[in-house]
Amino acid sequence: MKIVVCIKQVPNTNKVKLDPATGTLLRKGIPSIINPDDKAGLEAALRLKDRHGAQVTALSMGPPQAEAALREALAMGADEAVLLTDRAFGGADTWATSSTLAAALKRLEHDLIITGRQAIDGDTAQVGPQIAEHLGLPNISYAEELRLESDHIVVKRQYEDRCHVIKAKLPCLVTALAELNKPRYMTPGGIFTAYAKPIRVWGRADLDVDEADIGLNGSPTRVFKSFDKQARGTGSKVEMDPQAAAAWLVERLQEKFIL
Amino acid sequence: MDFELTPQEAMARQLFRDFAEAEVKPLAAEIDEAERFPRESVEKMFRYGIMGIPYGQEYGGQGCDTITYILAVEELSRVCGATGVILSAHTSLCCDPINKYGTPEQKAKYLPGLLKGGVLGAFGLTEPGAGTDAAGQQTKAVLAGDQYILNGSKIFITNGGEAGVYVILAMTDKARGAKGISAFIVEAGAPGFSSGKKELKLGIRGSATTELIFENCVIPKENLLGAEGKGFGLAMRTLDGGRIGIAAQALGIAQGALDEAVAYVKERKQFGKPIAAFQNTQFVLADLHTRVQAARFLVYSAAKAKDRGEPFAVKAAMAKLFASETAMRVTDRAVQLFGGYGYMREYPVERMMRDAKITEIYEGTSEVQRMVIAASLLKD
Repeated sequence: MKIVVCIKQVPNTNKVKLDPATGTLLRKGIPSIINPDDKAGLEAALRLKDRHGAQVTALSMGPPQAEAALREALAMGADEAVLLTDRAFGGADTWATSSTLAAALKRLEHDLIITGRQAIDGDTAQVGPQIAEHLGLPNISYAEELRLESDHIVVKRQYEDRCHVIKAKLPCLVTALAELNKPRYMTPGGIFTAYAKPIRVWGRADLDVDEADIGLNGSPTRVFKSFDKQARGTGSKVEMDPQAAAAWLVERLQEKFIL
Repeated sequence: MDFELTPQEAMARQLFRDFAEAEVKPLAAEIDEAERFPRESVEKMFRYGIMGIPYGQEYGGQGCDTITYILAVEELSRVCGATGVILSAHTSLCCDPINKYGTPEQKAKYLPGLLKGGVLGAFGLTEPGAGTDAAGQQTKAVLAGDQYILNGSKIFITNGGEAGVYVILAMTDKARGAKGISAFIVEAGAPGFSSGKKELKLGIRGSATTELIFENCVIPKENLLGAEGKGFGLAMRTLDGGRIGIAAQALGIAQGALDEAVAYVKERKQFGKPIAAFQNTQFVLADLHTRVQAARFLVYSAAKAKDRGEPFAVKAAMAKLFASETAMRVTDRAVQLFGGYGYMREYPVERMMRDAKITEIYEGTSEVQRMVIAASLLKD
């Protein structure tokens, strides 16, 4: 079985700071990690490999330094790694990202594609399902359990108030939740082996994808403005009985034309 | 001289830090308090290859180098000095001599278990009357047909009682003094071999330190490690390597205490501001950070010399001397910066201070390191 896992390198923080002038992410000094949902997806692929035997390929699109995330994937046990990197891919929104990844996936044999649900620096949860659409594959999102039964994949899909157990024929695409598993550590020897392996690097010329679907120009989303949460004032504290407090509150809200 | 880590080494350090923070740190206070050997941590370290870092993959090792192993000891010790020494004694004092001096048969028999199979290693040299004067061995080994018969006892043995394989030094020819000492591989469970009382210690209380007792202990003749009469040299060269491990343990303890202190002084407020705002605090931290970094360079320099196959005994002695005294200095100052809280067991710095002291004593006291360093300086 051939499994391709899409991983994204993200800053290791949930407190993203923005450059007030440009509205872009401030990454300086923040170490990068494999996005947690993606790492769980990789672990799921490696468990399928341990149990049933599989060839696991890690695929990432990003700047050249995203190589470190792919080395980590190799050190955990992935068999090969492909990095999509080119100036032409830069500034991509989810549409352009999924178009680019899908073009690469057309070149890679796959019975199963696993992506993370969403990245901690973007939180859109769109790229995985969009890849499935581009490739005409069934998609099962929010996997919290996953197992293989002959040529089917059985996935427990998490919803807000319930779970669905879905059985799908391969090939298909699954998006993984971080809760799916606890990813294994790398091994020291695995790290050394990972650095001895080649990483395939594909640029614009290596992919059969329409110019209108990649990079900043192929991104229909326009970010109007990015800004940090504004610190609020300290507010006012009043101490009175509940009836009076409710009346006081209604009065203040009316003053501000909220009510 | 270049002390930059390669990308592989930097990634390995991150792995060891992640592992130490998630798996080892949560147990550190509890194993110290209960004087409990952290068997579960050791099992995880076997699972992730941490117990066999600098040895060949043909024997189940990770195929990495000394510096990578040293980074593991440093990062584990940063959160738990006891776990750091379990790894150091296992690797430097047991796996190393078997890997270096063992026959192909001995390596094939013992290394796979030691490097990945869950078999912990230990080393027995010290005796009640043979500490720094290691040549004064009383334990005897007598060849009788196809077997050696061992009689005597060892004390202060790290991983004692927990290990499955021991490298043991014993006198095979008393008349020849140091040249009559030989090394043996002894398995736990060998007839006549037992571990004695577990010592109660000031620090590294999660690590097991015991007596070893040999009463007509019978081991096969083929368990002689290296040539008969060459055991003293084997032990001294083994300790040269072990000192880099202990230096890394001391370095890790020092870094851990410094990290705790830096975090604390930003939080702790006195006279209306964080104590980090006082120049007194800043100057102490600056001195500690500088010393820790200097210790790190000495430790890595010794490890890299070993990896290059160069003589490293003096570098290892300097690294251990300076790193262990740095660990004492840094942990003492860290407790001081914490004030009364630092003296309380609720915070980790008092444990780090207790753990640091042993690094000035075992695997050659600071005085022995000075002897080694001075001898190299004064020889013709």
